[in-house]
Amino acid sequence: MRTAALIPYMIFIPLSAAFLIPPFGKKFKRAGDLISCLASAVLAIMALYLAYSVALSKVLVYKPCGWQPHFGVALVADGLSGMMLSAMNIIALIVSVYSIGYLNTYTDRWKFSSLLMLMLAGVNGVLVSGDIFTLYVFLEIAAISGYFLVAFGIAPNGLEAAFKYAVMGALASALILLSIAFMYAQTSTLNIAGISVAVSQGLQDAEVIKFAAVLLLVAFGIKAALVPFHAWLPSAYSSAPAPISAMLAGVSTKVLGVYTLMRVFFTMFGVNSQISAILITLGVASMIVASIMAFVQIDIKRLFAYSSISQIGYVVLGLGVGTPLAVFGALFHLLNHSAFKALLFLASGAVTRLTGTRDLGRIRGVMKDSPVTGAATLIGSLSICGIPPLGGFWSKLIIILACVQAGRPVLAFTAAAVSVLTLAYYFRPLTRAIFGRSITRGKEGAVTLSMGIAMAALMAITVSTGLLLLPNTGNAILKEAASVVLNGKAYAAMVAGVLK
Amino acid sequence: MGRTAYILCFVLFAIGLLCVVRKRNIIKIIIGIGIMAYAVNIFLIIIGYRKEGRVPILAQDQIIKNIVDPVPQAMVAVSIVLGLALTLLLVAVGIRIYEKYGTFDITKINRLRG
Repeated sequence: MRTAALIPYMIFIPLSAAFLIPPFGKKFKRAGDLISCLASAVLAIMALYLAYSVALSKVLVYKPCGWQPHFGVALVADGLSGMMLSAMNIIALIVSVYSIGYLNTYTDRWKFSSLLMLMLAGVNGVLVSGDIFTLYVFLEIAAISGYFLVAFGIAPNGLEAAFKYAVMGALASALILLSIAFMYAQTSTLNIAGISVAVSQGLQDAEVIKFAAVLLLVAFGIKAALVPFHAWLPSAYSSAPAPISAMLAGVSTKVLGVYTLMRVFFTMFGVNSQISAILITLGVASMIVASIMAFVQIDIKRLFAYSSISQIGYVVLGLGVGTPLAVFGALFHLLNHSAFKALLFLASGAVTRLTGTRDLGRIRGVMKDSPVTGAATLIGSLSICGIPPLGGFWSKLIIILACVQAGRPVLAFTAAAVSVLTLAYYFRPLTRAIFGRSITRGKEGAVTLSMGIAMAALMAITVSTGLLLLPNTGNAILKEAASVVLNGKAYAAMVAGVLK
Repeated sequence: MGRTAYILCFVLFAIGLLCVVRKRNIIKIIIGIGIMAYAVNIFLIIIGYRKEGRVPILAQDQIIKNIVDPVPQAMVAVSIVLGLALTLLLVAVGIRIYEKYGTFDITKINRLRG
């Protein structure tokens, strides 16, 4: 039970780091980097420890000041949040290490570190909150610091993208709050476990609960950038500074969109055939439309952004199919995608530094100029295309097999076809960019040591995610997360059981 | 009160949404977002309202009878603060956009396409 006392520190540490950085950051140039790296290293270790203890004890509940969840705001860590916490905090650590070198050309770099820590606090808060309104508040913290970070370079493109992103995000948060109001009016509780119990008792107006569910689906669809709601994503990802693109792609969209979608629909409302059908439709639409859009992109970061939408489509498809294997595959693909898309965006930042352009037609021979950047781009692309020994292959294979097993051959065929499309739109521009003869001589010192270390570390993680499938590695964490999603309705009973 | 308040609340939300979707001026879009946020806040307050309810303050030797629900009020207080942060950001970005592009018209601010 001691471990539960760690949960509030997942929010407290990044939050205090965010507010410690400004007073020191103005005086000492490196203070911001030091504090943010230190804080995220501690968080990554704590998150791994939490994930292991959750895999053993199923659920941990922290009650602030001993208030029972119906009155106080409980913080809950279960298998799903444990898995997400460890993955997200590791990526945040790598991004903070990368930014040490990347931010050399920016002024006021302490503001960047401070906002990055604020975003991490919001993300961790979303993952551990056991209360729908607290979840909303932390989601807003993460989202608002995200808007600031997209506009950080104050280039015209960044500002335009940040405005677009902020307006879409504001619409999403208005819808979430409206939906919370409806749920509170019907169930008179804000606790996720409480709402889950109330919904299964079925004492309220079923139509109102359905309306609340639709509002949340649209809102989290905007946050996860599923296809009809994806307009903000390519602009935001391509205009943000590279570490922020990596943070948005690897952490923010996953937690604010996909995790919340799982939490709300699998734990709170419970899935039925209608919701599954909607999720499958959204997933397939994202996969196909985004792959087609990716073909015509000439900007390297826009290409990665569209492929990101397409890969989120796989995850949502897996969740929609909903068999144990499919959910396992979806979560595994979520982890893989966090790792390799963050890696690709970090590499794209290094590529831009080397060649001075983001135009795919003019990037040549990165491998010769900077082997680590070339290798990072290569490994990331191979994993996303599903080349066998890498993690991306296994997760896509599991999702396709699960579709076949669930008696949905059309879905399996679509998933396989989109995988081939992915290979096609990555192969064409990137072989030239990585292996071609270098026409722009790489600038000396463009890729600094910290950027190299960060990319190498993430490369190692990308290569080794496939090992998670072997028993006795991280398999327990992944299995526990899948079982939480599958037995969503057991969450309420588990939270209540811990409190007794 | 009754049903009219709820309907007016949704009309307000719809006006805000229309403003965000239809207007071209950045400042008007920001105002539209503000209207949407107010509509949701008012909706929360109405949900917490009880007929002839009084202020939800617990004092000694008072019989608790007919108090309004305090939880939505706390939620509105938080939501106003978040709305402030968002408006601040949007206005700051809007001013910067005006400096760079020389216009508030979003149809002319379109370097990012596709």
